[in-house]
This record gives sequence, C-alpha cells and structure tokens, in this order.
Amino acid sequence: MKSSLIKSTVIFLGLFFLYFPILVLIFYSFNENKRVMVWKGFSLSWYKELFNNEQIIEAFIISIKIAALSATFATILGVMIGYSLVRIRKIPFKSFYIFLSSTPLVLPELILGLSMLLFFISLNNIIGFPSSRGQLTIFISHVTFCIAFVAIIIQARLTDFNKNIEEAAMDLGYNYTKVLYKITLPIILPSIIAGWLLAFTISLDDLVVASFTTGPGANTLPIVVFSKVRLGLSPEVNALSAILMLALIIIGLFYFYFNKKFKH
Amino acid sequence: MKNKLFEKYFVFSPYFWLVLFFFIPLAIIFKISISVSEWGMPPYQDIFLFDNGFKINTTFENYVYIFSDYYYIGSFVNSLILALISTFFCLLIGFPLAFYIATSNIRLRNILLVLVVIPFWSSFLLRVYAWKIILQNNGILNVILLNLGITSEPLQLLYNQYAVIIGIVYTYLPLMILPLYGYLNKFDLNLIEASKDLGLNRFKTFFKVILPLSVPGIVAGSLLVFIPVVGEFIIPEMLGGSDRLYYGKILWEEFFVNRNWPGASALAFSGIIILVLPIVIFQILYSRWSEKNEI
Repeated sequence: MKSSLIKSTVIFLGLFFLYFPILVLIFYSFNENKRVMVWKGFSLSWYKELFNNEQIIEAFIISIKIAALSATFATILGVMIGYSLVRIRKIPFKSFYIFLSSTPLVLPELILGLSMLLFFISLNNIIGFPSSRGQLTIFISHVTFCIAFVAIIIQARLTDFNKNIEEAAMDLGYNYTKVLYKITLPIILPSIIAGWLLAFTISLDDLVVASFTTGPGANTLPIVVFSKVRLGLSPEVNALSAILMLALIIIGLFYFYFNKKFKH
Repeated sequence: MKNKLFEKYFVFSPYFWLVLFFFIPLAIIFKISISVSEWGMPPYQDIFLFDNGFKINTTFENYVYIFSDYYYIGSFVNSLILALISTFFCLLIGFPLAFYIATSNIRLRNILLVLVVIPFWSSFLLRVYAWKIILQNNGILNVILLNLGITSEPLQLLYNQYAVIIGIVYTYLPLMILPLYGYLNKFDLNLIEASKDLGLNRFKTFFKVILPLSVPGIVAGSLLVFIPVVGEFIIPEMLGGSDRLYYGKILWEEFFVNRNWPGASALAFSGIIILVLPIVIFQILYSRWSEKNEI
C-alpha cells in the first residue's frame, strides 16, 4: 500500500515536471496582453499576428522543405547502412564504416556545424562551389546529421527479425533483389517510416548546425525563433510554440505507432 | 554475380556520402587547427607552400595557445562540471521514474513510456524558451513564491548557472530515462521479491540487487546526457548569465566574433579527441566483440 503510493507520487511528479513548462507555454499564448507575463484575458490575437507575420511563415516553409528533403535522403542512405551492417558480411574497413555511421550520434552539434561550414568554404575555394551558403548547404548537413539516427533504427529492426523468412524466399526461387523488395523492405517498412519521421523532426528542430551552414535566403524557423527570443520574450513565438508543439507531438505519436519495437 | 553488384551499391552509396560530407569536414577541422593564423580571408595560411620549392607550413601553436590560457581551459572545465551536475540530476530524477515505469503492468507501462518521451519530440528550442517564461522576474514561479509568502520580493531566477542546469535537466531527461528503462525492463522482477524473501530490507535490495543490474543502463544514459551537454550552446545562451562561460559559447565566439578560425578548429578538434573518440572506439570494440560472440 505504502510503496504503491510512493510509486504513484514519483510518476505524477515526473510527468508534472515534463509537461508543466509545455502547458505554461500554451496557456500564455492565449494571453491578450502584449507583455507576455502579465495575464489580461483570453484572446486569439497573437495567433492572428503569427499568421500575418511573413518572416515566420516564410521560414516555416523553408524549414518544412529542407526537413522533408533531408529526411528522405537520410532515410534512403540510413536504410542502406542499417541493411549493410546487419546483412552484408564483407564491408571494407568495417570499423571505419561503423565509425562514420555512429559518430554523428554523439558528436556535439556545434562541432559538426563548424566542420560543415569550414568544409563548404574550403570546397568553394577549390572548385568554386557552393559559391554561397543557403538551403542546399543546410540540406547536405542535415542529411549527414540524420543518417545515423535512421541507421540505428533500421539496424535494430533487422537484427530482430527472422532471417529464415528471407532464406525461405530464396529457396523458393526468388533472387536477391526480389527478396529485398518483396520481403525485407515491406517487413521493415514501419521502421523506415519511423526513421523518416525522426529525421524530419531532427531537421525541423535543428538550430546549431543550420546557424553555421545557413546563408542569404535560408533563414529556417529555429533561426528566426532564436533571434526573437534570445534576449527577451515574444508573444508571437508563444502562439507559434503552441501550434508547433502540438504538431510535433502528433508526429511523435505516429513515430511510436510505426516503431513497434517500443511495444513489447 | 548480380548480388555482388547490389551489395556494393548498398554499402558504398552511404560510404561515399559520409566520407565526403562527414569525414573530410572533420579532416578539414584538423587541417585548419594546425595552420598558421593570419590576418586575412581566409584567416589562415596554407599548410603546403610552393613558393621556393615545397614546404610544409604547420604549427601546434593554436593548441598551445588554447591549453595555456585559463580562459579556454576554465570554460572547458566549467562545461565538464555543468555536464557532471546535470547528468547527476537527470539520474536522480530519471532512475526512480524509469524504475517505476518498468515495474508497472504492461498496458500502463507503454502509455507512461510514450508520455515520458513525447515532450522530447516537441521543439527543443521552445522547451528551453518555456523555462525562460517560467523563471522570469514576474514569471509564474515567482508569483507562486510571492503568494506563498516564501519570499517578499521576486527572486532573480533567470540568467545564472542554476537556470542553465534546470533547462538542461529538463530537456535531456528523456535521454536518460530511455536507456535506463531499456535495461530495467529486461531484468526479472522476481529477483526483487526473492531478495525480500531472503530477508534483505529495501535499501539492501536496492543497493545489492537493483543498482548493480542497472549499471549498463546508467552508463548508457549518462553518456547520452553528458557528451552533448559539454558542447551545449543554446541553453546557456538563453537561460545563462555572464557568471560562467562554457565551451560551446567560447567555440562560437572564437569563430564568429574573434574570427580566429585556427583557434576555433583547435578547440573543436580537442573536443572530439577528449569527448567523442573514447566513446566511439569503445562502441566499435563492443560491437565487434558482440558480433564475434554471436557467431
């Protein structure tokens, strides 16, 4: 009896700690007052302001575009890595391969961002491309950043599932390619979708790497938001957060739905 | 024969991408970190000179410069201490949560797990911003403290190292809980019952049974929190004050403000060698070892 009370209390306090700030943010987005912290009354005016703010809308579109593209590329390459690591025996310099595909997981974003920026500058000095940084350079950096996250999901899924199904199909006369497209890929499809969603969210949310690799005409949403809230508060950002939080939480729920590994 | 071609395509497409857009950029950081600084654009000299025959023009001065100046060392130490404290609090909050989730019944367990991780999916920047709202001088926490009569005037809760720690613990907590849960979930709960039956009290059960079994989860979770926190830039920038400088901020300013590219590169490369490389080597050895043991 006593221990179950402790248990409920711990879980309640933990969830309270996790959700309280998010609720505060959403609550204050409905505040009529221009001064963010002083409650004046319920109003949707900041949502109206938000949708009239061209800078934010434009940044939002750029962010979605970059996130969708880089998630797609990262998923294709990440699936290839996950598949190679689990199913293909002969990988030249395998330790190096593992190093390349797992280091981005632990590398501080700041270091990755700096290395990408210096790379693009050096590349430009040598071959004259890319002449300026912008959406393309953010896209390339985000793909690099996200590949490892997709790879780890696919790797876990492939390690889990029974190789016999693939072998049985081979025995039945399917060739290698056919097994991959007709058996393996459909089975791991939910994990592929989960990987894409994760990569999409990481790209959409990234501030540090994008700040390093951005250029004219490529202000992503986090860059714009950061410039608004770095030194103070902004009621428009409150409204934006409420919308974005809900959208991202829904994406997260989809992720759990597809990534069945979570459900034991 | 076709299989071979196929496998090559699968292995080498990502190989190519990662060598070009990940390994070479890291190599460039190293190259610039051993280049001689110069006033100009780019602000460093080439490492190969061809003026009067061939000459290699490298220096370790950037590293000497960093490691002999307390400004840089001190900031790095500040970051390590910050990461240590934050990891400790993540563990302190995360462990009981993970433990109680893992010992719930299956249906509740899945719901709780999703509830714990969902905030991690919402925007990182905005979750930090939320604490800025809460900790303001006229923010909600101060209002509560004033109304309870705990303090008579608003406390300065924002723009100091404590605000930074709160922000970090809040945003990184799910990263601690997930691996902890992963390991706690694996072990047989009957062990706890058994140790109680054998007469061990609650404390002994915890320290002799539960804690030793969750060490791998504790290590994994702590690393996932510790390493990124050392390089954290956004949270100190938004919630911190000028009382303490951190590695991330120094690196940022060395590059963008001081325009000292070789210095910034040396800082970044030192970070890789000290923080990232040991973990990666350990991971490669571990995955090769577990591969061998399976076969």
